[in-house]
Amino acid sequence: MKAGILSYGAYIPFYRISRAEMGKAWGIPSLPGERAVANRDEDSLTMAIEAGLEALVGIDPASVDAVFFCSTTPPYAEKQCASIAALALDLRPEVYTADFTGTTRAATVALRAALDAVESGSARRVLVIAGDSRPGEPQTTWEQLLGDAGAAVLVDAEAPARVSGWASMVSEVVGPWRRPQDRYVRSFEPKLETEYGYVRATAQACRAVLEKCGLEPSQLSRAALYSPDLRSVADVARQAGLDRSQLQDPLLMTVGNAGAAHALLVLAAALDQAQEGQRLLLANYGDGADALVLELEGPLPRPQGRRSVAQYLASKRDLPGYGAFAAMRNLADRPEPRVHSSPVTYWRDVAVELRWHGARCLACGVVQYPIPRVCRECNARDNFQEVKLSRRGTVFTYTLDHLYANEYLDTPIPRAVIDLEGGGRVFLEVTDCDPQEVRWGMTLETTFRRLHEGAEFHNYYWRARPVRE
Amino acid sequence: MSGIRDRVAIIGVGCTKFGEIWEKDQEDLLVEAAYEALDDAGMTPEDVDAVWVSNFFNFTGQSGGTAIEPLALFGKPATRVENFCASGMDAFRNACFAVASGVYDVVLVCGVEKILDQGARGLPQESYHPVFQGASAPGMFALAASRAFHEWGWTKEDLARVAVKNHKNGAAHPKAHFRRPITLEDALSAPMIAWPLGRYDCCAVSDGAAALVITRPEIAKDTRHKDDYVLVKANALAVYSIQPFYVGSYDWLGFPATRAAARMAYEEAGIRDPRKEISLAEVHDCFTSTELFNIGDLGLVEDPKDAPKFVADGLADVEGEVAINPSGGLKCFGHPIGATGCRMLYEVTKQLQGRADGYQVRDPRYGLAHNLGGPGAVASVTILARRD
Repeated sequence: MKAGILSYGAYIPFYRISRAEMGKAWGIPSLPGERAVANRDEDSLTMAIEAGLEALVGIDPASVDAVFFCSTTPPYAEKQCASIAALALDLRPEVYTADFTGTTRAATVALRAALDAVESGSARRVLVIAGDSRPGEPQTTWEQLLGDAGAAVLVDAEAPARVSGWASMVSEVVGPWRRPQDRYVRSFEPKLETEYGYVRATAQACRAVLEKCGLEPSQLSRAALYSPDLRSVADVARQAGLDRSQLQDPLLMTVGNAGAAHALLVLAAALDQAQEGQRLLLANYGDGADALVLELEGPLPRPQGRRSVAQYLASKRDLPGYGAFAAMRNLADRPEPRVHSSPVTYWRDVAVELRWHGARCLACGVVQYPIPRVCRECNARDNFQEVKLSRRGTVFTYTLDHLYANEYLDTPIPRAVIDLEGGGRVFLEVTDCDPQEVRWGMTLETTFRRLHEGAEFHNYYWRARPVRE
Repeated sequence: MSGIRDRVAIIGVGCTKFGEIWEKDQEDLLVEAAYEALDDAGMTPEDVDAVWVSNFFNFTGQSGGTAIEPLALFGKPATRVENFCASGMDAFRNACFAVASGVYDVVLVCGVEKILDQGARGLPQESYHPVFQGASAPGMFALAASRAFHEWGWTKEDLARVAVKNHKNGAAHPKAHFRRPITLEDALSAPMIAWPLGRYDCCAVSDGAAALVITRPEIAKDTRHKDDYVLVKANALAVYSIQPFYVGSYDWLGFPATRAAARMAYEEAGIRDPRKEISLAEVHDCFTSTELFNIGDLGLVEDPKDAPKFVADGLADVEGEVAINPSGGLKCFGHPIGATGCRMLYEVTKQLQGRADGYQVRDPRYGLAHNLGGPGAVASVTILARRD
């Protein structure tokens, strides 16, 4: 088979908190390192979409036939998320969409479905996006261990990173789990869950796939393994016959366990370094294990503008303390601001809201947003060509607004009028920054976010952020 | 177009005290303002042929019944006008048309707002689109102020001087919301609302009502104010984008709606040099920066970026070249949205008649009132003068 990975992307949120701060806040032991923290306007879907956007850098979104969204924390219990991603990623209307949820292994479950699809010919190119923001119980090391992130792979019928073998292993150890009524991830006996669940199944799957491919562990350049905690990945490596030097950094000291996005995130970091001719192992766990071997038969495209995992790790801001973390994750259960919305208008304007489309006036050439009927500049009527807007622009003017939904906010919301590269003027809230950083002429880029809960659904839209470099 | 010049006379004005009026509702306020205006005109509600009433928020009132119900003028024609914060002056504009056309002889114009009854801080935000939403009202106007800081070098001190002037004027006005002069330091040290606008850069959120009785000049000659009724010399309205943040060609340096309305009004009134001919101007200083933009947009300075100097040099003081907001303006007098346009006309009328409640501008000739609504989207300019 020739099917494999054509492109990939990562996303790590801008904010981090040191685990020492978290332990200190509760007076409990701290794990070493730090974890990534999704901003208040981020969730598993927005992070997955950010990673998807990275994976599509330099690739025509219209070439994608299916998109699979993977998470243990999908923002909707009933309503598909991949359909939202299909629009935000500006994919074709006839794209096939599916959500894979319920297990931290969801991303490789989806990857298998994607490979099967391209091998069967039902699709040529499938985008798998994963995002997770697992809720760790406060005052436990769970909330220190877990981290928020997104990752994506683009599967193609003919790809340079060919999947040459696959093995799966079922494992029915209860834990970790979360029932609908459980607010936080539950765990009964970590020792059992780790030793007889994660380590045993993952190592078995790794050995099985190597056997299938007729490979010795030493023939692998890198092993990207799902890692539920700080230590046990080493046990998997040992039982699978891998040398520790072959292990890709599991990102636990910098990001944390990113749930359904974790394995693909570690894989993205491995692919960032991988060379043509190398062989990679990817293994994932969650109520069973998946393992696969990737043969880098050709050069992986490295399009300009796609950020590496290392870049995302370096582009960060440390939260000043646990209070900031608690506010970001809304641990105090503060009610959502009361904002008006309507599923009717949201649906009707979906191309301009989610696809980030504007229109170019065919009479005067000015790009406008949202799409008007009559040109604001030359008054030509219904003479527009719908265009994709740029994700980058510069601040024309801005304010730091302390008022929102009838509340006075101590930390203001930066709001900027932005002139986009290639035309179009938009008005966006600026996120992921200290408000005082915003300046006229500053370059910003769009980022997909959850704006509010008006009409009691997730109102997703774009915000602007300082360029992540 | 024959215009409105000299075809409408103001023969009575009324205004409640503006402020946080917890113990009264819109009925109390509207009745007080309307009866004061009718008393001033020497008339009774029965003399009124029709009513135009303005209010912005639906929780203050909806329909012509907003005025008919409290005044119990059942059976009379009445229309509610909503045109953002310029609603009050637009009610007046529509009423002027009715009088000038001869359809009605005597019309009551009133505006009322009961903002504090909404039970929240600031102005209620009324964006209905899920994601194409503006900022708060201070945030929207701050976008323009911010640009002037960048482009023209305006400073917080420039804004603060407007607040100090308007507080000084308002302190002398018995009906103003705030009655306390402030210092430059007070204004500069106030908490931020929407950068660069601090608390003293923002107008008061107030309750209040104002009313006017208008008729044609030939009828005015037989009324109580036969010797000093005030003539409408011009009235103009212009509407620009209500989503200016999407207009790529907009420079955010002032408000084109004001410039368009001023141009039309000056032409109608025959005013060539507004700085010399206008004695006083009640302008829409919803924010101190807006007053500075207004000074430029109304052509009171040659280069609009020099508006701060106009204020700093004292030219906008009551004794200055053009007294700007001798009432204290929205900043200090208050801004019950639907009432503001009517309140401005109340103030200018009394100034022209030499019976100002607060500081009196000396020997005024033309008085101007400028009402601005939305994010600089709707502007109305009215020019008044006492009868010859």
